[in-house]
Amino acid sequence: MLKTQELQLNIGPQHPSTHGVFRLIATIDGETVIDLKPVFGYLHRNHEQIAEVSTYIQIMPFTDRLDYFNSMANNFGYALAVEKLAGIEVPQRANYIRVLMAELTRILNHAAAIGFMLNDMGAWQTPLAFGMREREKILDLFEMASGARMMCNYFRFGGIWRDLPPEFLPQLQGLMQGLPTFFDEFERLLKQNEILLGRSVDVGILPKEVAASYSVTGPMLRASGIAYDLRRADGYSVYPELDFDIPVGAVGDVYDRFLVRLAEMRESYRILQQVIERLPETTGGHINPAMASMNKQKSLRPPPGDAYGRVESPKGELGFYLVSDGSDTPYRYKVRAPSFINLTPLGDMCRGHTVADVVVILGSIDIVMGEVDR
Amino acid sequence: MTPLDVDQLELEKQGILLSTVNRFYNWGRRSSIWPMAFGLACCAIEMMATGLSRYDLARFGAEMFRASPRQADLMIVAGTVTKKMAPQVVRLYNQMPEPRYVISMGNCATSGGPFRDGYNVLRGIDLLVPVDVYIPGCPPRPEALLHALMTLQAQIDAQKLGRMRWYGKAEAHDYAVPTFGAQGLEIDGQLIDPVGGLPLLSPLKGPNQGAARTGLIEHPQELRRFPIMDESVMLESPTQAAGIAPEIAANDLKRRNDAEVPRG
Ligand code: SF4
Repeated sequence: MLKTQELQLNIGPQHPSTHGVFRLIATIDGETVIDLKPVFGYLHRNHEQIAEVSTYIQIMPFTDRLDYFNSMANNFGYALAVEKLAGIEVPQRANYIRVLMAELTRILNHAAAIGFMLNDMGAWQTPLAFGMREREKILDLFEMASGARMMCNYFRFGGIWRDLPPEFLPQLQGLMQGLPTFFDEFERLLKQNEILLGRSVDVGILPKEVAASYSVTGPMLRASGIAYDLRRADGYSVYPELDFDIPVGAVGDVYDRFLVRLAEMRESYRILQQVIERLPETTGGHINPAMASMNKQKSLRPPPGDAYGRVESPKGELGFYLVSDGSDTPYRYKVRAPSFINLTPLGDMCRGHTVADVVVILGSIDIVMGEVDR
Repeated sequence: MTPLDVDQLELEKQGILLSTVNRFYNWGRRSSIWPMAFGLACCAIEMMATGLSRYDLARFGAEMFRASPRQADLMIVAGTVTKKMAPQVVRLYNQMPEPRYVISMGNCATSGGPFRDGYNVLRGIDLLVPVDVYIPGCPPRPEALLHALMTLQAQIDAQKLGRMRWYGKAEAHDYAVPTFGAQGLEIDGQLIDPVGGLPLLSPLKGPNQGAARTGLIEHPQELRRFPIMDESVMLESPTQAAGIAPEIAANDLKRRNDAEVPRG
């Protein structure tokens, strides 16, 4: 038999398809990947350590920069953790606005994630331009509400920073009218595309059991066929009052992940419709009156103890673990980052595929290095 | 009659343009700046947004994001440069052909930004490579990046062909790639950015900077030291350093007491 030699191939940290500064050391035999070793830490920004010398409210803007696509979802998780720790109630209206923002974030993230995945398949920038067009419209709304496009820093303990401005809802209605067209257009553009099918069907299969044993969450887990969604499982905020379905995949390949993301955008749209309908009748202000002044937020001293708050961020379970010693800074602060944990089965998924598929599989995980390295 | 005697407009009507070599050459270069596709952190998302649907960097001739540094003219340092990534950034810069430009996008690339206190964060890319345009913001809006690009174009417009270093006889020199020593990032054994505290050098006085950079400008020896980050200073509390001026400490204390609420 002909003997072949194994090669070591270094991909990254500066590589157009590594989604930031991520490095892979692949061992290849011809074109087939036989082993894959990730190298992390190129964006390690000491998030957790800085948080341990910051007051509780000072950490809020840092959570924006974890997963920089979904600042609102990160704020949500952190606010939940602190509220649990300090026992703060959130009024109903604030909860609805929080859910509104979180679901807008989900649409934005999935549109961009699909775009980036298609980038990795070689459809350089075109599908991404569709996704980013929608993203800009949603960012306009964020800017109107919070004053910033990307790093919103909108949530406060016990509610949100400000109530929605009067122009917000009309503009949101306008966006909502356009969204179904966008979903249809996006689907028509991609779903039956032969190149996409060829590159993604049966590529990077992650079986149910393997996914669960790696504690993968989010669209990745659901694409593998497990209908686990924290919005259902935990029922935090006002999600128990809202009607939505959890899309699941059948095989767990790249194509399933793509389909699950498409379907989740439509589910988010359904949630948004219900939220908009109920928003005018909600009771309570935008923030718990006991926490309304900035001084109260700044000098928050939760009683000694620990708490774990988690949300279903667009990428999976985003958790914040806090230990308080009764002072104004957390004693320990830990982030359970979905991107990081979803990345762990990468080697298993890639073994036996070609190098070009590695890039596509990495794209289908939807990682953000800010969250992986922290 | 020499061409110069004729009204230029008259010539342009007949399809003849007059220009100096400088202007023509700079016009060509400024109108097709190819940036390197090189994202580091959050700011890179805004950089991509600038290139895409709404802001459309192509209007300024800079939409060709090249994956290879060999084909790029402009490095947009978009995001936090960590000490682990810094050697790679310098290496990428060295691989770009002259003339090359750098835009430092966002607070992180400029000074470490919100993560300045982190032990793994480089406090400004200008400690290692020369920067042409800085953009403040966290993240800067896409409009800010467009403005930075226009500023860079104005800088290119002012360049004189005969005076450019890269057309002269002097050999192009690579910038020194930092290594990770016992106390932090080092260049040739000289500590640039320690793991604790702030950089010991002004950005204008690094081994890569000052005389080595332009050959013309002399900068005073100047050390950046802040009492709160100095190793010799003990912190009394997370927000107050011992040994700072008494007026400042009194003021701090007053503000803290005003904000105080009962525990529990
Ligand atoms: S300046 Fe702000 S947005 Fe830009 S990389 Fe740094 S933290 Fe992120």
